[in-house]
Amino acid sequence: MASLILPLLGGALIGLSASLLLWLNGRIAGVSGIAGGVFGAVRGDRGWRLAFLAGLLGGGLLLRFAWPGTLGAPPVSSPWWLVVAGLLVGVGTRLGNGCTSGHGVCGVSRGSLRSVVATLTFMATAILTVFVVRHVLGGAT
Amino acid sequence: MKAVLVAGLCGVLFALGLGLGGMTQPEKVLAFLDVAGQWDPSLAMVMMGAVGTHAVLLRLIRRRPAPVLASRFPAPAQTRVDMALVAGAALFGVGWGLVGYCPGPAFTSLATGGRDVLLFVGSMLAGMVLFSAGSRAKR
Repeated sequence: MASLILPLLGGALIGLSASLLLWLNGRIAGVSGIAGGVFGAVRGDRGWRLAFLAGLLGGGLLLRFAWPGTLGAPPVSSPWWLVVAGLLVGVGTRLGNGCTSGHGVCGVSRGSLRSVVATLTFMATAILTVFVVRHVLGGAT
Repeated sequence: MKAVLVAGLCGVLFALGLGLGGMTQPEKVLAFLDVAGQWDPSLAMVMMGAVGTHAVLLRLIRRRPAPVLASRFPAPAQTRVDMALVAGAALFGVGWGLVGYCPGPAFTSLATGGRDVLLFVGSMLAGMVLFSAGSRAKR
């Protein structure tokens, strides 16, 4: 049971963070959108984005020291897979305008049709990818 | 200045939620996506917790005329479902399924200082820059 309550609590914190960012700053807590915007040309729009990303890293440092075990490493054998996956995630989230947080949490909460379609799409291709890697090719990437 | 501070604190809170939820353990994420294997359903609870909380608070927040520290709420998002949306989401899903990192957990996991997460985040940012450069060139 505890194995389900902790994730629910973690999710609630994510939802709370997204709500605070919207309530106070009027911004959507979509991590790929926030990161992608750092490279945009809009003046005066970088500070809060970099601060949010720094906060993600700061939270990671807190986790690392206060709660080791919450941070894992990817079970990937070749560095090339990390590069390919990173490029796919980078290009894909910009082309599709969002990721698990922007579409999956913020957009679905808002009832956005675009976000529902995006979430179903990336869930489906992620599940398919894991299926092919693990059960067709029979191993880790 | 206040808005920058708020963003930083929201980032910390977001990261703690990811960690507590198990999103920063790629093995766990891949086990959640492995519906034909030893399926680990716990990450569905993260989604439920996040969407449940935000969906309720969102409705309260939207009753205000404007955010506390900004002049207006984000403009109503586009509603059109197009090829770019579907193709982008599909590519993202493949990358997520290969390694088990989506953008938020990847940034948070930089705290481990591991080579793998560094490579992933580096190429993710490169992908974003490439995309920006490509779409600027098209215009």
